[in-house]
Amino acid sequence: MSRGRQRTGMVRSYTPTGGVARPTRRTLDDATLLMVDEEKELRGLEPEPYRVMELCRPGRLSLAEVSYHLHLPRTVTTVIVAHLVDSGHLIARAPVPAASVHDTALLERILDGLHAL
Amino acid sequence: MGSTLSDRDYVPDRVSQSVKIVVLGSFGVGKTTYVRAVSEIRSMHTEEAMTQAGEAIDDLSGVRDKTTTTVTMDFGRLTLTTDLVLYLFGAPGQDRFLPMVTQLMDGALGALVLVDTRRLDQSFTSIDLVERAGLPYAIAVNTFPDAPTYADTEIRDSLTMENSTPLVRIDARVRDSAKRALIALISNMLGRPHLETAP
Repeated sequence: MSRGRQRTGMVRSYTPTGGVARPTRRTLDDATLLMVDEEKELRGLEPEPYRVMELCRPGRLSLAEVSYHLHLPRTVTTVIVAHLVDSGHLIARAPVPAASVHDTALLERILDGLHAL
Repeated sequence: MGSTLSDRDYVPDRVSQSVKIVVLGSFGVGKTTYVRAVSEIRSMHTEEAMTQAGEAIDDLSGVRDKTTTTVTMDFGRLTLTTDLVLYLFGAPGQDRFLPMVTQLMDGALGALVLVDTRRLDQSFTSIDLVERAGLPYAIAVNTFPDAPTYADTEIRDSLTMENSTPLVRIDARVRDSAKRALIALISNMLGRPHLETAP
């Protein structure tokens, strides 16, 4: 057996991203909320970014949900979404981390929400 | 394809803020069950192909084996208020996924560590991880029917827990019970004593 390069999947993971291997921003989290800028044209988008935009158009979703619904690995989704954020097609809101909870208002809201469920 | 979601699959329109809580614990402790019980939508998962360098790297032969494993990560969602949503992520429990778990904890609000009293020693890795990440956390004992019951002090001693860390007993299959772990975590972050009653 040769120990040459082996194909491990049907599609190489960089194909849907247009050959880009890394996201252009490091702030995209699994729990980052994504919103579509309705003004932006979808024309000219590659198939995978186009699918992301189509999926996100009816409402808000997190990055993890986009991965799940489009059956894409998380890293691939991150690369695509990063580009769409850069081009202004998507607006991203990162989750609030523990370190930035300076006042108790947010925690109070979370607690009230949990009690009400 | 992919665009046949119902309204319920989307986060409500006015929600503009999210928080993330990571659920950790050893393999088989009930993380998937927990996320499924608490989530308002059917729980989902993301997949990641992880490439790992093989353990044996021999300079002489120059052979470097690489293996690829798929990691599945469960997650769920809870809309807490009209403008706030909580995402729960179940971190894969096996040691080989540590880099991914570390990355997952980045940006989290806090963590839950699920514990099985039959295998308390297997919780140390998860506790170490959240402590090293500096995340606020709570310990939730998933009460399996055939598991031995210990007093809180015994569990605290075996896990060398700080007194300030909340300890709750839950049934990960039952939503209201499972929810109490989240309430204990947030109450504790607010500096409130969390009054835990016996299950």
